[in-house]
Amino acid sequence: MKILVCISHVPDTTSKINFTDGDTKFDTNGVQFVINPNDEFGLTRAMWFKEKQGATVHVVNVGGPETEPTLRKALAIGADEAIRVNTPATDGFSVAKQLTAVVNEGGYDLVIGGRESIDYNGGMVPGMLAKLTGANFVNTCISLEIDGNNATAIREIDGGKETLSTSLPLVVGGQKGLVEESDLRIPNMRGIMQARSKPLTVKDPVDASLETQTLAFEKPAPKGAVKLVDNVDDLISLLHNEAKAI
Amino acid sequence: MVLVYTESEGGKFKKIALEAVSYAKGVADMMGTSVTALSINGGDTSELGTYGATKVLEVSNDSLNNFNAESYADALTQAAKKENAKVLVLTASANSKFMAPLIAVNLNAGYVPNVTSLPTSATPFVVKHSVFSSKAFSSTEITTDIKVIGLAKNAYGLKEDVTNANAESFSPELNGNTSTIVVSVDKATDKVTIADAEIVVSAGRGLKGPENWGMVEELAEILGAATACSKPVSDMGWRPHGEHVGQTGKPVASNLYIAIGISGAIQHLAGINSSKIKVVINTDAEAPFFKAADYGIVGDAFEVIPQLNEKLKIFKAQNG
Ligand SMILES: Cc1cc2nc3c(=O)[nH]c(=O)nc-3n(C[C@H](O)[C@H](O)[C@H](O)COP(=O)(O)OP(=O)(O)OC[C@H]3O[C@@H](n4cnc5c(N)ncnc54)[C@H](O)[C@@H]3O)c2cc1C
Ligand SMILES: Nc1ncnc2c1ncn2[C@@H]1O[C@H](COP(=O)(O)O)[C@@H](O)[C@H]1O
Repeated sequence: MKILVCISHVPDTTSKINFTDGDTKFDTNGVQFVINPNDEFGLTRAMWFKEKQGATVHVVNVGGPETEPTLRKALAIGADEAIRVNTPATDGFSVAKQLTAVVNEGGYDLVIGGRESIDYNGGMVPGMLAKLTGANFVNTCISLEIDGNNATAIREIDGGKETLSTSLPLVVGGQKGLVEESDLRIPNMRGIMQARSKPLTVKDPVDASLETQTLAFEKPAPKGAVKLVDNVDDLISLLHNEAKAI
Repeated sequence: MVLVYTESEGGKFKKIALEAVSYAKGVADMMGTSVTALSINGGDTSELGTYGATKVLEVSNDSLNNFNAESYADALTQAAKKENAKVLVLTASANSKFMAPLIAVNLNAGYVPNVTSLPTSATPFVVKHSVFSSKAFSSTEITTDIKVIGLAKNAYGLKEDVTNANAESFSPELNGNTSTIVVSVDKATDKVTIADAEIVVSAGRGLKGPENWGMVEELAEILGAATACSKPVSDMGWRPHGEHVGQTGKPVASNLYIAIGISGAIQHLAGINSSKIKVVINTDAEAPFFKAADYGIVGDAFEVIPQLNEKLKIFKAQNG
């Protein structure tokens, strides 16, 4: 089985969010970038398939050279090869079109992406990729088993979960649950050394039109100070009369 | 024409569906056009007229009783084409988010999720949506002929605009993906879900152990709220995974979010930024959550919550 894990390169969860260039660009100053958490769960599940079912695992990112350390980290965790499509990731649809070219060329049976990137929260790349490549698709996937050509996936739904039976080729939008938090791997020295000599192929982008264009960012208005009360009667009264929330 | 998908459950339209119709009406007014709703095995269509839909395409088909992203996407795609829709409004439900990217590809449409308000301009078509886990907003232009919008929950509200909704039966061709089938659904039907809840009661590690959640559940029951928790709490197995909220868990966009014994780490706050009113109960006055909250009590949950429950019961008895 050939697996492709889509890796989105995102600001670490503790990053301060600021903008530059007249609020048109995310300010990367002092920001640490990481593998998108949802993708890390998927990558770890892919490692399981590699170790238990003999899969090969490639990772891919659509982005500039600055994303390579993130891809190297994925190699250090155990992926066999990395691909970077050399074009800035601007909108989800165009990223999906770039990934489509990679998937069609590589002939992957299973593509694992994340439910969403924690930066732009698009939640669209895996679904679009599935549609564009004609693969089956399961979103918010919290469990995945593959047996030959068949797959059993559990997806999170509002207020519960749903078990689906499907088949390869398959794209999933994954999240925590694909593996547990405690299964996530911190790259060790050996992994980091090996990652240096694993292939990281840079591919030229295909032509892809943009469907959306970011014009500007803004931050929410700062909120007022908290109102502290020292008894529950006051709290109930404020929630009822002032906040009109109960 | 603006097409809106109206989700229902148990033969009743969900509140988010009615919100979506209200929103679609707002968009249609800006564009000088009208709203058509698509209902799949849904509720009483006259309800959609209350919020501004003039036409309802009613699909009734037993094979669509279980949600199937491919088939639902097919139905919406065909409806959009048939009605010559310029804008398609979806919601932030798990099912909408599942099928939206499929529909966007079918229609070759730009898709923007988490939209928080009416377009700031109709030509060019520019919408504001939350990004960076609601720590910021982005204004984005959709340049395609057809636009797909995912409306954020609780962002627009219900706006009545009563018209007569003409129901018309609609039978899309479901060339359907039969390779994906639902084997089983595991859903507590008697509990309010985090996605639908107006009020969410959430607790963290400050509660010390799973055996102490009785008072949290009681509070949720009194308020008709959903229960939620911080990440360590679900990681330790004190609560089910589905309750974990935050950047790596579920987003919460409720009217009221009550956080008990949760410190307010940035990753937790990232998931609840879009909740309107936030209340914190924490022993530590320095807990970061107080900076993000509207109301707070510096106090011990084991004292405050039982008192709150008793007083709320009295309040509810008086205020219905
Ligand atoms: C990559 C990454 C992603 C993450 N994603 C998430 C996420 O999505 N969601 C999330 O929640 N966390 C997330 N975290 C974890 C986050 O950083 C915090 O560790 C976590 O939110 C803390 O949970 P807590 O507030 O329950 O526990 P603690 O931080 O231990 O806080 C417990 C609080 O309870 C208070 N307390 C103690 N006793 C009482 C009492 N008797 N009465 C009242 N208050 C009391 C304490 O004062 C304290 O403030 C993530 C972390 C990382 C690194
Ligand atoms: N630039 C990118 N390169 C590779 N994969 C990506 C990229 N952007 C998004 N993805 C994948 O698509 C998922 C959802 O991203 P998004 O649609 O941007 O929220 C991510 O979790 C990744 O798996």
